[in-house]
Amino acid sequence: MNQLKRKITDMKNTVIEFTDFSFTYRTQQEPTLRGINLSIRQGEKVLIVGPSGCGKSTLAHCINGLVPFYYPGESKGSLRIAGQTPGERSIAALSQAVGTVLQDPDGQFVGLTVGEDIAFVLENGAVSPAEMNERVTAAADAVGIGELLLASPQELSGGQKQKTMLAGVLAGNVDILLFDEPLASLDPYTGTKTIELIHRLQQETGKTVIIIEHRLEEVLHRAVDRIIVMNDGAIVADLPPAELLSSRLLGEAGLREPLYLTALRYAGVTVTPEMRPEHLELLQMEGTAGPLQRWMDGRGKQQESAAAEPLLELKEISFGYDEKAEVLHRLSLTVNRGEMLAIAGRNGAGKSTVSKLICGFYKPASGSIWLNGRDISRDSIRERAERIGFVMQNPNHMISKTLLYDEVAFGLKLRGVPEERIRERVYNVLKICGLHEFREWPVSVLSYGQKKRVTIASILVLEPEIIILDEPTAGQDYRHYNEMMEFLQGLGSRGITVIMITHDMHLMLEYAQRTVVLADGKKLADDRPERILTDRSIVEKANLRETSLYTLALKAGLRKPEELVRTFIAYDRGVRRG
Amino acid sequence: MRARMLTFTRQDSPVHSLSGAAKLICFIVWSLSAMITYDTRCLIVMLLVSLAVFRISKVKFADYAFVLYFILIFFLLNHLAIFLFSPLEGTQVYGTRHDLFHLGGRYTVTAEQVFYQFNIALKYAVVIPMALLFLLATDPSEFAASLNRIGVNYKIAYSVSLALRYIPDIQRDYENISFSAQARGIDLSRREKLSQRLKNIVSILLPLILSSIERIEKISTAMELRGFGSGRKRTWYTGRPFSLSDYIAMGLLLSLAAATLIVTFYDGSRFYSIF
Amino acid sequence: MAKKELLSIRSIVAVGIGSALFVILGRFGSIPTGIPNTNIETTYALLAVFSLLYGPVAGLLIGLIGHTLKDFIFYGSPWFSWVISSGLVGLIIGLLVAGISIQDGVFGKREIIRFNLAQIVANAIAWFAVAPTLDILIYAEPANKVYTQGLAAGAANIVTVAVIGTLLAVAYAKTRTKQGSLRKLG
Repeated sequence: MNQLKRKITDMKNTVIEFTDFSFTYRTQQEPTLRGINLSIRQGEKVLIVGPSGCGKSTLAHCINGLVPFYYPGESKGSLRIAGQTPGERSIAALSQAVGTVLQDPDGQFVGLTVGEDIAFVLENGAVSPAEMNERVTAAADAVGIGELLLASPQELSGGQKQKTMLAGVLAGNVDILLFDEPLASLDPYTGTKTIELIHRLQQETGKTVIIIEHRLEEVLHRAVDRIIVMNDGAIVADLPPAELLSSRLLGEAGLREPLYLTALRYAGVTVTPEMRPEHLELLQMEGTAGPLQRWMDGRGKQQESAAAEPLLELKEISFGYDEKAEVLHRLSLTVNRGEMLAIAGRNGAGKSTVSKLICGFYKPASGSIWLNGRDISRDSIRERAERIGFVMQNPNHMISKTLLYDEVAFGLKLRGVPEERIRERVYNVLKICGLHEFREWPVSVLSYGQKKRVTIASILVLEPEIIILDEPTAGQDYRHYNEMMEFLQGLGSRGITVIMITHDMHLMLEYAQRTVVLADGKKLADDRPERILTDRSIVEKANLRETSLYTLALKAGLRKPEELVRTFIAYDRGVRRG
Repeated sequence: MRARMLTFTRQDSPVHSLSGAAKLICFIVWSLSAMITYDTRCLIVMLLVSLAVFRISKVKFADYAFVLYFILIFFLLNHLAIFLFSPLEGTQVYGTRHDLFHLGGRYTVTAEQVFYQFNIALKYAVVIPMALLFLLATDPSEFAASLNRIGVNYKIAYSVSLALRYIPDIQRDYENISFSAQARGIDLSRREKLSQRLKNIVSILLPLILSSIERIEKISTAMELRGFGSGRKRTWYTGRPFSLSDYIAMGLLLSLAAATLIVTFYDGSRFYSIF
Repeated sequence: MAKKELLSIRSIVAVGIGSALFVILGRFGSIPTGIPNTNIETTYALLAVFSLLYGPVAGLLIGLIGHTLKDFIFYGSPWFSWVISSGLVGLIIGLLVAGISIQDGVFGKREIIRFNLAQIVANAIAWFAVAPTLDILIYAEPANKVYTQGLAAGAANIVTVAVIGTLLAVAYAKTRTKQGSLRKLG
């Protein structure tokens, strides 16, 4: 009887309900969503995960009304949101019920200041200025940016922009908060803080929260009620976190589970829901320390890297974009031949500036840059480009030809290389980059990850000794991340030196041989990544996060806890390569 | 590449504290009157007024010094061009001729020409302080609200705000794109032939335009989702009601404009002659 | 692209971003031709392409807003006769190319000719007639001076749009190719 009652109230409180729902974009042949059955109750916190192209963004668009109003197409089955059928209403009407925080803060931040942006929804609803002021201040205070109302977006960090977006949604008094990859542009520390903030707001207001994200471990920093796994347009799992993490469903969908769980499995521990695997703090460790220690000891010591030969040296570099603010202060840095080096640090620490100085886009105020023992400070951008290639974060900023072949050949044509030589070199590079089969395609039809490869190919074809990549894996899911990094690793084995500017901790741990951490324009640390990510003081200053592998090792009370990190990385790479 | 821009700085002055809409109306009225009149007396009075207002505003010289250089060059070139093309324009305008000295060929400097070019100079000089002031002393956040207030459709008004919002972002994109283009060997300097330079600039413009189109798509979806354009009207967070000082400023300016028009056209001609 | 509604959100945003681009290219995107005082103003190629993509109203507004802001921000004071002419160029091109569906990837020989006829008409009206006439009306400058200036500027803009604008439009059209027609090569 009681159970029946509960079921009835549950049904009453369902705010989102997909029933046998399918959707096909007008521009596509195949449905993007297939037979979706999903109901979300008032006040629930739900995480939706899935590889790129699985349909999770389309699902989000169905909830906020971009489908079908902005992206037209044909739907089957039924969808009800807050008691209404979205197809019969409008985006504006739906925006009263659903507030969306989009992935790219620069695209969503339309106001000239924080205050204006928070007020945007209210302005559009023609709310009176007095009431608007009150609600804007309240929303800004709720997310902790009350001091910043007059700041322009150019003065804000990524985290502050994200908070502005969130305040803008809160000001609108919606019942459902939808986050589309909220962590995509944030460093690990800010990401954790965002997750904490979302959690606190949900607890305080009782709003329904839906988070779409592939960085699972970071979202699970705070509890969620359910995780929905999507693959190939369908829902393949809809489970509480503990059950999902105990299963193999994540791996089957091409997703990455939290590293500490992978480590346990490698050590032969069976993960069960009773162990509370959803959070490292809750994790029941009984009977896990022994297998972990045995597994670690059994793998033996990892070898140190070979003797280093310096290739690129920065000596005492100082630089500022204007006289007032110095971005780099007497920075010295050595890059060795053939290594993979990561440069990390929080926003504004000077990471990107370093690469722009190396390439000669800007001239340092003092200090010198040496390549192969020669001072290149006076070389032009183009002269340096013969030896040092630079790949920007956004591939769309680099691609200037419509056909793939022309794009890759462009640099050689400009250098007056004869046509038959060009063809040979371009085909070679395309083979290395796995793009050979697309060689006659237009660039515009390629995926984001493939375009990124095209830009790398167009640099590689110039045969540089060093290639610098700005956030090489940003915006890519686990499978594409893996492919990209294995590919870059391959370049390393061809003798090309790779410098990566990143705050992706997995990338540092798994691929960099060395990590340089910058803070306030100075070098804070220069060491093996696993030592950096296990050093609390550095991690804090660089807005990174201690790796959960190390936390696990400490929790298990292992001897030489940082050794677990290295053992894991070496073993995991072997497993992933099959 | 880091060119300086004129930007608003917060300051406490009677000019800064006027509402954006009032300043916009004043600026428009001022510019229109300066365009219409060619009466030297009016122009001199207006110049004195504009310099006085500039003083009151407490704007720092360093904030606009760099544009004076541009303005001066433009000024000189323009005056030279006027003289080269039409050395006797003043004589035609005023209907008299008083030669001062002969330069050679068809070039003779006349008192009328000097007076005529002096008037042109005055016309610019009258608008420039007010234009500078409008930009330096008006919070850009108020632009859109002000435009809407004087009757511009709110959607169009908002597009002005969007332009101001994204100018720094687009400048950064442009810098990044042209850096990476240069690294690949694209040369835009005079070292290249003109035809090659044109082709090369396309290699920079294409990524800039394509990524801007992508940006337009992202911003439009975000604005759709936040309910933009759904209502007939919209309120403004930065909008301010007119205060007493706004009314006084607008009143003074309108009377000045009316006086200018009356004085200018009293004798039936736009031009005032001392000859 | 959203030509149905006069002022869709997309066109409003296009006006905002287009104006920002106009400002940046107006300041940094001029290339000297070698002829004194005559530059290739790439910003007019942008204006033509955006008028083609987003229609006459957007073109008009980008010209007006972009040019006003550019003059204001970098030179202190707008030159109204040329501001109005820039708006006119955007408007006329937008009107004369209506019906070209470049977003579907259609931009062949016929469209190229039509686009160029439109831009020649637009630039000729704006720079050969309207701008100098306004210069005379507003600033009472000598007629032969302003018409010569207008002629030089108009000619330079026609060439700029013909070369750069056409190349950009063709390249944009190519990016709209559908994937369906492609197959991987061995």
